Amino acid sequence: MKILVGYKRVVDYNVRIQVKPDGTGVVTDGVKLSANPFDDIALEEALRLREKGVADEVVLVGIGPADLTAHLRNGLAMGANRAIHVVTTDAVQPLTAARVFQKLIEKEQPGLVILGKQAIDDDANQTGQMLAALWDRPQATFAGKVEIANGKATVTREVDAGLETIEAELPAVITTDLRLNEPRFIKLPDIMKAKSKPIDSIEFASLGVDTHDQLKTTHYAAPPKRTKGVMVKDAAELVAVLKQKGLL
Amino acid sequence: MSKILVIAEHLGGKLNPSTARAVSAAAAAKPEAIDVLVLSDNVDAIAADAAKIDGVTRVLTIARAENSHPLAAVLAPQIAKAAAGYSHVFFPSTTFGKDVAPRVAALLGVAQVSDVMSVEASHTFKRPIYAGNAIITVEADAAHAVVATIRTASWPAAANGANNAPVEALNVDVALPTHTRFVELKQGKSDRPDLQSASKVVSGGRGVGSKENFDIIYKFADKIGAAVGASRAAVDAGYVPNELQVGQTGKIIAPELYMAIGISGAIQHLTGIKDAGTIVAINKDGEAPIFEIADIGLVGDLFKLIPELEQQLG
Repeated sequence: MKILVGYKRVVDYNVRIQVKPDGTGVVTDGVKLSANPFDDIALEEALRLREKGVADEVVLVGIGPADLTAHLRNGLAMGANRAIHVVTTDAVQPLTAARVFQKLIEKEQPGLVILGKQAIDDDANQTGQMLAALWDRPQATFAGKVEIANGKATVTREVDAGLETIEAELPAVITTDLRLNEPRFIKLPDIMKAKSKPIDSIEFASLGVDTHDQLKTTHYAAPPKRTKGVMVKDAAELVAVLKQKGLL
Repeated sequence: MSKILVIAEHLGGKLNPSTARAVSAAAAAKPEAIDVLVLSDNVDAIAADAAKIDGVTRVLTIARAENSHPLAAVLAPQIAKAAAGYSHVFFPSTTFGKDVAPRVAALLGVAQVSDVMSVEASHTFKRPIYAGNAIITVEADAAHAVVATIRTASWPAAANGANNAPVEALNVDVALPTHTRFVELKQGKSDRPDLQSASKVVSGGRGVGSKENFDIIYKFADKIGAAVGASRAAVDAGYVPNELQVGQTGKIIAPELYMAIGISGAIQHLTGIKDAGTIVAINKDGEAPIFEIADIGLVGDLFKLIPELEQQLG
């Protein structure tokens, strides 16, 4: 079985982003970029399934500008067999990304697609679900545990009410939650080996994906700041302040 | 004019409070009608609850055995069909809404607006990105239906009680997939208030130190009638179950009082509590980032301070 893994490049999760004063975007020049943390978890899970003999090939999919290849090499160094790079300089919204995956699925015929539950830049949490709809296959979102056997995935999902387990016939789309696994570190020899692994570049335009229905972002703003608080010296003072505010 | 369909969230035959919050957001778009859609195997009690929410025009129900558990692959085709004639389909931005809404949007061939914080105009919304560190204004194509999830922490629940909306059974003729099946739901048993709707929340972090030590947080929360939450660090360390996680990738809450105890305040955690009324931080590290956003800070050892707080409360 082949597994496709979505691999998005985002501003590193430790960076405190700044909104441009003119409201046209956020400052991304010179800011550290990394793999979306949920996508590293997706890749790790795919690699573990290959190590268990459930899968025989793990294929990374990235959508982005030419220099995205450097980042795809990291995923190859982690252990993916090869990568597909859909080249575009435009920002790609979830519905478009799902349509791109749908096109790649027609060609690659994977048994499983694993994506992160959300990208930490747009925080949309949509692509996996949209892909499953377009593909007309099961979705198992917010996966905290995945078992594959007898042509089906048994997935424990992290939902508000607790832990929900569902069964999904393959092929299917799984999106990863934080606690699914701990992604492995990349070792130096693997970085060398990754240099010879294939990255297949495809021009976005050649896929014939419809993009006219994207959302238009008209303004960016910094969130309202909370006013500076006060420090209290002990428990008695804290209780007094909270009682005065009518909170206790 | 717009007509909005709000998808009801429910569990165990009870309507979830997130539904009334989504109705509030719908009302902000000033539509000519707000209909609530209930999908379940047993709709009556849930529909009766939904009919009481102020502002609801009609409650529509689809009662099918296949709807006994909220599986996105099963619900989405029914919702997409029921959405005909509506300008907007709103879901609460809970794990339920996040799971189902994008599937519906893709079936309708439209983009989705996630985590709506405010409705500026019928097709213009504000939503947070980058863990709440930027707020964007987005415009959806007015030629198509808008599918959106509503950030529950940004909206009060619509009042409940005065309304008596008519309930109508809806017949949607659509074949449902059998490729996805429910197996089980394991719920953390708790008599405490629900984390997402509680007016007070006490959260513990890595500073609490162990699963056993977390009892001090539970005990204090019970004393003041608060729900219990936790930082990702406390969840990852196994002190508390996952569903208590507050933050970008956990729950986003807006209680009147939020007490962060032994939580340093990573960006991802702060995202989950930015809309809280009053934030109290108790931490032994006076330099912890949590103090930058706390309204009231107290530096000290939580194991000494919490018993003192309890003593003060009598």
